[in-house]
Amino acid sequence: MSLKSFPKPSELTVPAGAEGWEKIYPYYLVFQDKLKEQEDAKFWFCDSQHWPTVFKPFETIGGEFAVKCLGQYNARHLMIPNANGIEFRIHLGYLYMSPIPVPEDQIAARVPLFEQRIGHYFQNWEEKLKHWHVKVRGTIDEMERISFPKLPDIVPMEDITSGKGKDGSEKLLESYDRLIQLAYQNWQYHFEFLNLGYIAYLDFFNFCKQVFPNVPDQSIAAMVQGVDMELFRPDDELKQLAKLAVELGLQAHFRNTDDVDATLGAIAAAPGGDRWSAQYDGAKDPWFNFTVGNGFYGHDKYWNEHQEIPLGYIADYIRRVDEGQEIMRPVEALIVERDRIIEEYRELLEGENQAVFDAKRGLAATAYPYVENHNFYIEHWTMGVFWRKIRELSRMMAAEGFWSGPDDLLYLGRNEVRDALFDLVTGWGVGAKPIGPDFWPEEIERRRGIVDALKTARPAPALNTPPESITEPFTRMLWGITTEQVQQWLGAGETVEGGGLRGMAASPGVVEGLARVVTDADQLSEVQQGEILVATVTAPSWGPIFGKIKATVTDIGGMMSHAAIVCREYGLPAVTGTGSASTTIKTGQLLRVDGTKGTVQILDAESLEELLVTGPGAHSHSHV
Amino acid sequence: MQSNDYIQFFDGGIEPTLENLGGKGSSLVTMTSAGMPVPPGFVVTTAEFDAFMDEAGITAKINQLLADLDPEDTAQVDRVSAAIREDICSRPVPQALRDQTTRAYESLMSRFDAPVPVAVRSSATAEDLPDASFAGQQDTYLWLDGVKAVTEHIRQCWASLYTSRAIIYRLKNNIPNEGLSMAVVVQKMVNSRVSGVAITMDPTNGDRSKITIDSSYGVGEMVVSGQVTPDNIVLDKVTLAVVADHLGDKHAELVPDAGAKRLVEREVDAERRGRRSLTDAELTAVAQMAKWAEKHYKCPQDIEWALDWDLPNGENLLLLQSRPETVHSSKPAAQPTATAGGYFGGISSPAPATGGFSLGSITASLLKPSA
Repeated sequence: MSLKSFPKPSELTVPAGAEGWEKIYPYYLVFQDKLKEQEDAKFWFCDSQHWPTVFKPFETIGGEFAVKCLGQYNARHLMIPNANGIEFRIHLGYLYMSPIPVPEDQIAARVPLFEQRIGHYFQNWEEKLKHWHVKVRGTIDEMERISFPKLPDIVPMEDITSGKGKDGSEKLLESYDRLIQLAYQNWQYHFEFLNLGYIAYLDFFNFCKQVFPNVPDQSIAAMVQGVDMELFRPDDELKQLAKLAVELGLQAHFRNTDDVDATLGAIAAAPGGDRWSAQYDGAKDPWFNFTVGNGFYGHDKYWNEHQEIPLGYIADYIRRVDEGQEIMRPVEALIVERDRIIEEYRELLEGENQAVFDAKRGLAATAYPYVENHNFYIEHWTMGVFWRKIRELSRMMAAEGFWSGPDDLLYLGRNEVRDALFDLVTGWGVGAKPIGPDFWPEEIERRRGIVDALKTARPAPALNTPPESITEPFTRMLWGITTEQVQQWLGAGETVEGGGLRGMAASPGVVEGLARVVTDADQLSEVQQGEILVATVTAPSWGPIFGKIKATVTDIGGMMSHAAIVCREYGLPAVTGTGSASTTIKTGQLLRVDGTKGTVQILDAESLEELLVTGPGAHSHSHV
Repeated sequence: MQSNDYIQFFDGGIEPTLENLGGKGSSLVTMTSAGMPVPPGFVVTTAEFDAFMDEAGITAKINQLLADLDPEDTAQVDRVSAAIREDICSRPVPQALRDQTTRAYESLMSRFDAPVPVAVRSSATAEDLPDASFAGQQDTYLWLDGVKAVTEHIRQCWASLYTSRAIIYRLKNNIPNEGLSMAVVVQKMVNSRVSGVAITMDPTNGDRSKITIDSSYGVGEMVVSGQVTPDNIVLDKVTLAVVADHLGDKHAELVPDAGAKRLVEREVDAERRGRRSLTDAELTAVAQMAKWAEKHYKCPQDIEWALDWDLPNGENLLLLQSRPETVHSSKPAAQPTATAGGYFGGISSPAPATGGFSLGSITASLLKPSA
């Protein structure tokens, strides 16, 4: 039997207009001609869960920092016996990853180091996590203090009198370098606990699979998942604000939330409005440091900069409260159900297995909530501040004539920005015109054309020949890349009865309803009550719409993806990692989503034929 | 109609006693009130038997006939047995008692769109009769239609207290004839649309976190005796999620032929063979019932169940039998003990325990080839 393969990188077609795309990214991020043989021998899967759309050159920073820092905790801090980090490349604008195993003969030597290191963390979990919050907040606070003011025409007199002897441009360069450093710092912190959270979970997972053969993954997840997590706080704050608005009779002021100033002004002036405004301001810091994206793109919108988004959600919650709906998550019922599940499995065990179960579940339940909660501090808060500062810099340089679009800096790599800054301070310093204004606008237009052309094609799910089985624990856990999933992509998986899509059974239950395909956060306002959300991937800040929908289907993600966790939290069925739901399903189609089996059926007979000829990669689809 | 001294409906809500309802009758009431849906019916209590015998005034005469019997003289026993049973069956049932039974039967029939056949079976108290199989098989009358047939067979059940075998058994075991009584169960015949078995474990490996269900069309006999390949479904016992789902061929089904009062075998058409015989909701209901039975009897159960044509959706799942699962349950738990040290036990350092278990087990599970 010949082994089925994914295309080699060189076999993928470069979309028309994207020729020369390699040069917009740093040399070390793209496949090299000289390394073709080695690189083609490796299996690479596309991480479109975190990077669903094409990178603009500056945006590779998120991928680079995240995947590098993930790796360092496996390979250098924790000495995970059988897993090093993950190599990554950008190909045709998308990120591909290849996990690096530890050579067999080195595994044993890492075991004592590994146990010593994770032992230290697990024994000092609370204290270390507390310290983590201090470190991360420190980074964010320092980032907030950075600014990029226009360089002065003249060095101020006090710098003459104080004998400062510097013109201030060094501060601009330093601020930029420091901003990059701080982002890097919090990305290192990001993974300090994440891998540990997964290790504890995986340990409990494997124990369950051993004592309860074939136990559904979702049962295991249900036993360790936190119910009241910080990641749900922003959404909960909006619900509380909606309830308060109803209590104070302020509903009428939420008619046009797109006009933020008028809305907030009218509320403040209304009787009782000051109480609502005070609660709103309290919720804003820090919980509005929340993005509708995932923190990895310069175009991601954050609530605190686009208050029409949270105000719109509040208005929708107000409507639902007025209609008599219960908008709060059924937290108590979820806790009761979780405890029932834990207790029933526990009762199936005998003797010392019960104690082992308690210990392993306890550790996983302690460590696991970090896996979701960190997201607020890094992806949302840190990156929200980071992108805001980058936009400030970009606008300053646009004002200096380097480019015309306010956010065009994103078309430069981060090290090119450093060059452009030195170009700026040189021109400014010597009293001449910098070169950039004559160089970058044209180059940026060229690159914009390439990025737009790359966006017309979806990535391949993976590259080259897959290994016979995927066993690397983190690849399975974080990305849901399993042997079965890879077979599915290759079209060799089990077919779904009556035609349809198969993914991960991420949250149980069966429902039927109309599809709403959402490929961009800006489309969220189109989602109607009772629809089934179909998305490439979902983000935590989409929280408010989970109270509206019946089920979720995603292209990308495993048992522990955001959509899976939130759907379990809301008691909605979810099928994740279908590969192609957002491109094969059309808004308005009648779907049957079985989150217990992991299947999605399109019930409109007419659409079936179309479904059969479409598949991952066969569709041209433009994102954002 | 309400339950009373003479008639107790399975779902009548009265605490059953062995003395009033006999073994079978009280078990059916207990199961019903525990939420295990047995086919509906009622028990004609021992009080009705006693009242009948009092009215007939034949108890003293019977006891005298039995007094001097030699258990070894079977011809004599047979003669006496025949005479007593003849006497019982020929005596009229007092009108008041007869009305009770008639009303109970009509009340049971009113639960269905049209009258349905019933089974009438004796339900002996304590030690009056040799064993369950004796009572259960000898005195079960199936496919009875109409109140006349029912009352006739109730009397036959009463008379069965005095079969030769019962008489000899009591003589040999020194069980007195005084105070003998008999309850009778009147129960709807199961009209199986789909039926099968459910075991509250995975019988292939003894895993008690699963429920295994075999399901096919018609009466369950073909599943139990292996004449058809049923659908086989394994569910997680805690969440009832489907873990494995194999479609069986289910080429034939046994269905009751009411006219002929027997079961007939017929072919299952391709469409019904091609899909699972249980809907998702029915599957969950069967699993829930099995789980319930295990909880009630406090050990793994092997149940027989059926979905009844005559009952409305949601009330049509019936429990026909629940007995302890013996193959695996008699063995010690089949659970593997947790990996302690395991794969890397040899080289793993005796690291400090974390929350009560060795870090070696984390290492071992991480290194498991099929994590």
